[in-house]
Amino acid sequence: MKIKKDNLIEFIFFLIALTTLTVLAVITIFIFEEGLPLINKVGVLNFIFGMKWAPSQGIYGIFPMIVGTLSVTFGAAIIGVPVALCCAIFLTEFAPKQVRLFMRPAIQLLAGIPSVVYGFWGLTFIVPLIRVYLGGPGLSILAGSIILAIMILPTIISISEVSLLSLPSLYKQGSLALGATHWQTIFHLLLPSAKTGIMAAIVLGIGRAIGETMAVIMVLGNAVALPQSILDPARTLTTNIGIEMGYASGEHQQALFATGIVLFVLIMIINSIAQYIVRKR
Amino acid sequence: MVKITNQKIIRILSFIFLISILSLVSACSRPVDVGIIVAGSTSVQPFSEALAEEFMRQYPDIIIDVQGGGSSAGIKSAQTNTADIGMSSRDLKEDEQALWSVEIARDGLAVIINPNNEVSDLTLKQVQDIYTGIYSNWNQLGGKDAKIHVITREEGSGTRSAFESLVMGDLEIDPRSIVQDSNGTVRQLVGDDPNAIGYVSLGLVNEKVKALELDGVKATHDNVINGTYNLSRPFLFVSSTEPTGNAKLFIDFVLSDEGKRLLDDEGLVTYENGNLE
Repeated sequence: MKIKKDNLIEFIFFLIALTTLTVLAVITIFIFEEGLPLINKVGVLNFIFGMKWAPSQGIYGIFPMIVGTLSVTFGAAIIGVPVALCCAIFLTEFAPKQVRLFMRPAIQLLAGIPSVVYGFWGLTFIVPLIRVYLGGPGLSILAGSIILAIMILPTIISISEVSLLSLPSLYKQGSLALGATHWQTIFHLLLPSAKTGIMAAIVLGIGRAIGETMAVIMVLGNAVALPQSILDPARTLTTNIGIEMGYASGEHQQALFATGIVLFVLIMIINSIAQYIVRKR
Repeated sequence: MVKITNQKIIRILSFIFLISILSLVSACSRPVDVGIIVAGSTSVQPFSEALAEEFMRQYPDIIIDVQGGGSSAGIKSAQTNTADIGMSSRDLKEDEQALWSVEIARDGLAVIINPNNEVSDLTLKQVQDIYTGIYSNWNQLGGKDAKIHVITREEGSGTRSAFESLVMGDLEIDPRSIVQDSNGTVRQLVGDDPNAIGYVSLGLVNEKVKALELDGVKATHDNVINGTYNLSRPFLFVSSTEPTGNAKLFIDFVLSDEGKRLLDDEGLVTYENGNLE
């Protein structure tokens, strides 16, 4: 009787687990079914490397948006990663217990702020700062990078912190006993030992940055031309879908799903890299 | 003890299952009652929805279903009677004149700049040249030496297509232009940026932005009504024959003082004494 019940519960849990997989499968099939016909019609290379996006004329090229996505994400990584790493090192190595107890939940809180709030703050604070002090319209790759950098901080900080904390305390004691200073220990022993965890943290943070939509729509300017500098407006793959979904129909809508396919593949690649790094350890 | 917990879990889980299956079934079997179908222009759609909502509050037995699809689709569905009322945000073409139509309101389009910008009067051609990228600096137009920050709306937006047909003609908007996805954000940006130019529905112009005079004509409600300000488009309801029954009831509501007040509040231009037809 008991075994029967156990089996039943096991089966029910299996069914529920299966639902999440089914949802993933349904979404994937749907995106591909909607988007692929258009990619076939336009041609994969024309779609990916096309410089012009003009749905009203039936021209669909998303290369400027791929460049937009990559440059904003790269910018976010350049700004966000050093800050996040310093923060993680501070928390694990220097912070007094009281400070740590306060800072950890504060950082987690950063992850809980809705992205539209980040976007609105960026639009009313970061964008005017850039416009006044650096020139240009303010809505720019730089503004997007700064907002995204802040948004990926919690991910990178908490995962890096965990991998730093999980190092055996013998490492540090041994290094200090050999006469190395605290800084030498951090830079030559602790950071290299936690390398894989930190790399995984960075890749996950980048994945989050690529997928972010709402905040980016508000501060990036969404121009469909190839950006010339970090002060130019740009459009990412996600914002292309987000900004045009409202009115799109027919072929235009298919093109947005096709944009989704490219994004899907891009994120798959990044997640595989993260998985690979974690497994290698 | 363990046994009881297990039973509880099973009970809870089966309850969840039951609920989800029930909700699926009930969602599928909801009765479909076809009311009045209003279809067409996505620019008119939000206003029609607001009107339909108010109308259905007063006549709870009548269902009005407002759908998008675009002006041409709206006119076509009125011709083929797939919709009771078609919505159009452009005038009827010659081969469409046989349809019955009524202008429920006009939507004016204002080209807006920052109040601190010295420029206040441009020709339509100059606006066009700004949006194609021929002019890139305000000093070419009598302003100070600063780059023009051109702001436009996203592809598919009704305001954008109105701007394209009224100002751009066959020309293309410079792809380097900043794209925003609502009237509100365009206005916000132009209000913040001394070098920006954008366009919004006339009703949404406020003190934070300055509406340009075009060819010497101020962008005002009155100038839209007397026809001197050219950047406006009609919002039409069309139908294959003169509507009767519930469709007529709805159109009468739209043209009543109450319907007009609703449209006025939403920023559209309506006429004092009925429509111009």
